[in-house]
Amino acid sequence: MSAPSPAPSQFARFAVSPARRRKDRLARGMILAGTLLALVPLALVVFYLLSKGLGSWSWSFFSTDPTGNTFFKTSSIGGIKSAILGTIEIVALASVIAIPIGIGVAVWLVEYGRNSRFASTVRFSVDVLTGVPSIVFGLFIYIVLIVGTGSSYAGYKGSFALALLMLPVVIRSAEVILLLIPGALRESALALGAPRWKVIFHVVLPTALPGMVTGVLLAIARAAGETAPLLFTAATTRNTNFNLSQFMNSLPVQIYDDVTSPTTAVVNRAWGAALTLVVMILLLNLIARLISRRSRLA
Amino acid sequence: MPGGERSILERSPLARLPDRALKYGLTTLAGLILVLIVYFFVRLVGEARPAFAHAGVFGFTFDNDWNVSGEKFGALPLVIGTLITSGLALLIGVPVAVATAIYANELCPLRLRTALTILVELLAAVPSVVYGLWGIFFLAPKLQPIEQWIADRLSFIPFIGGGTVTIPNYFVAGLILAIMILPIVSAIAREVMATVPADHKEAALGLGATRWEMIRTAVLPYCRAGIVGGAMLGLGRAIGETIAVTIVIGDAPQLGSHLFGQGYSLAAVIANEFGEAQGLHRSALFAAGLVLFVLTLLVNGLARVLVSRASRASKTTSAPQAAGGSQPIAGAVAGA
Repeated sequence: MSAPSPAPSQFARFAVSPARRRKDRLARGMILAGTLLALVPLALVVFYLLSKGLGSWSWSFFSTDPTGNTFFKTSSIGGIKSAILGTIEIVALASVIAIPIGIGVAVWLVEYGRNSRFASTVRFSVDVLTGVPSIVFGLFIYIVLIVGTGSSYAGYKGSFALALLMLPVVIRSAEVILLLIPGALRESALALGAPRWKVIFHVVLPTALPGMVTGVLLAIARAAGETAPLLFTAATTRNTNFNLSQFMNSLPVQIYDDVTSPTTAVVNRAWGAALTLVVMILLLNLIARLISRRSRLA
Repeated sequence: MPGGERSILERSPLARLPDRALKYGLTTLAGLILVLIVYFFVRLVGEARPAFAHAGVFGFTFDNDWNVSGEKFGALPLVIGTLITSGLALLIGVPVAVATAIYANELCPLRLRTALTILVELLAAVPSVVYGLWGIFFLAPKLQPIEQWIADRLSFIPFIGGGTVTIPNYFVAGLILAIMILPIVSAIAREVMATVPADHKEAALGLGATRWEMIRTAVLPYCRAGIVGGAMLGLGRAIGETIAVTIVIGDAPQLGSHLFGQGYSLAAVIANEFGEAQGLHRSALFAAGLVLFVLTLLVNGLARVLVSRASRASKTTSAPQAAGGSQPIAGAVAGA
């Protein structure tokens, strides 16, 4: 290029034709529009939830149980105390069942099973479990624990259904984290003479812990929002209950029951309960995100 | 080793005990997962057998007659309802999810990327029952006039036009499902797009492609299988989704005459009728659960094959890829 300032015609052959430029702009515009479209429902759900839900929040909303017949006395429909406590109890038991088993299976997959045929069969069945619709878990627990034992609904049966739901999530996320642990760490512990179980309990698991907490919290958050598996395992009662072998209320089931009510006050209670549930789940998600940011592995 | 003497490097049998215990304990635990699946299937088939014996497997699945009081259990209206709503969810949800992924990966200012990702993932944190509540009290009533307008204008198209629009209907259910599958489809699309080698994109740009041409020629073909797999995973979710659909589909056990009419789905019928069901009716609901289970199994199986093939392909073609190429895909799938 000898000319210090080339004529525009010299660049013309490199220029993008107007038609291509229009197409590019159109496509980018549509992609942006699609992205904004995805955020619309989020904004609407959050806005509607806050505007409807905050109105029913009060001290008595959290400290009283919902009352039975609400058709005529709209003034005293009660709050959601039993639902909150029920959700916490059911999900806590489900976590106690699912987390140790899930982490155990993940440890086996990474430390013992590796790429054996048995291990890939186990991985396949974990994948199958991931895809099972939550209501089908409810049916299964119904068959085994209610038809099978001839007894009625109970809180702990709901916990079992939720535990089945959490199990694949816990196994998969724990496995991903365990795979990230460098082999040299295990080898150096083994070379120092530590037996396998000590390596697992004193080296592998502590290193993986922060990363695994994230997956576990996300699994809990997911279980807490599930309605379908609880419908015919833990069922409904309106009373606060600390005995997991009795009928037990829960937030999602309470909302589901209240949605169909013809009384506005009861529907408003559903909105308040929905806001409570979403806030609980968001808190779990937030904690999970903070921990995963801190951890070096995840 | 002479006479059973142990080397000093060997552990005593007692000290080796915990090792054995842990190994066999964990193996049993892993085996239990397998046993659980098999037991699961066997028991479900056992409970569903009376209904299948009553109408035959094909009769149950494809007869268009769900009449509880008449003891007629043909699940076609439910199967069709499930397929219509989840098909709609794919039709609406996947393009939006892919657009979100493209925007986040290729067009978005770097500073906004994390915020956008978090916002889309927040959609997954809202429980299904809350979507149902929102759908029936906000979305469906607000959409009804628009739907009626569309139905009137398109009355010449058999399934879409004509008829009166009810507040709960197939379309609203499909729309809610689209919102619910958006985060998972978008997350997988994003992970797959992150595996596209920078060389390919730079080559396209270097040859003079515009941004869109680069996306169309370098990015999209490279991750087509992964996106299709993500969409199938979304489909699996939509098929199994229960409570939101139960609330907004209208619970009419006949085959809906048009898109904006009331219908039913497999999962919704179980949630609604199981509480009062007895005898053959209950068995029919177990059979509906089994059909649902098999349907999701097929869809998810296909999805996993596609996703894993996509991540394997990207692993072999781009060796010096940044950490976290296929791992996040596994993570995203596990999070599903």
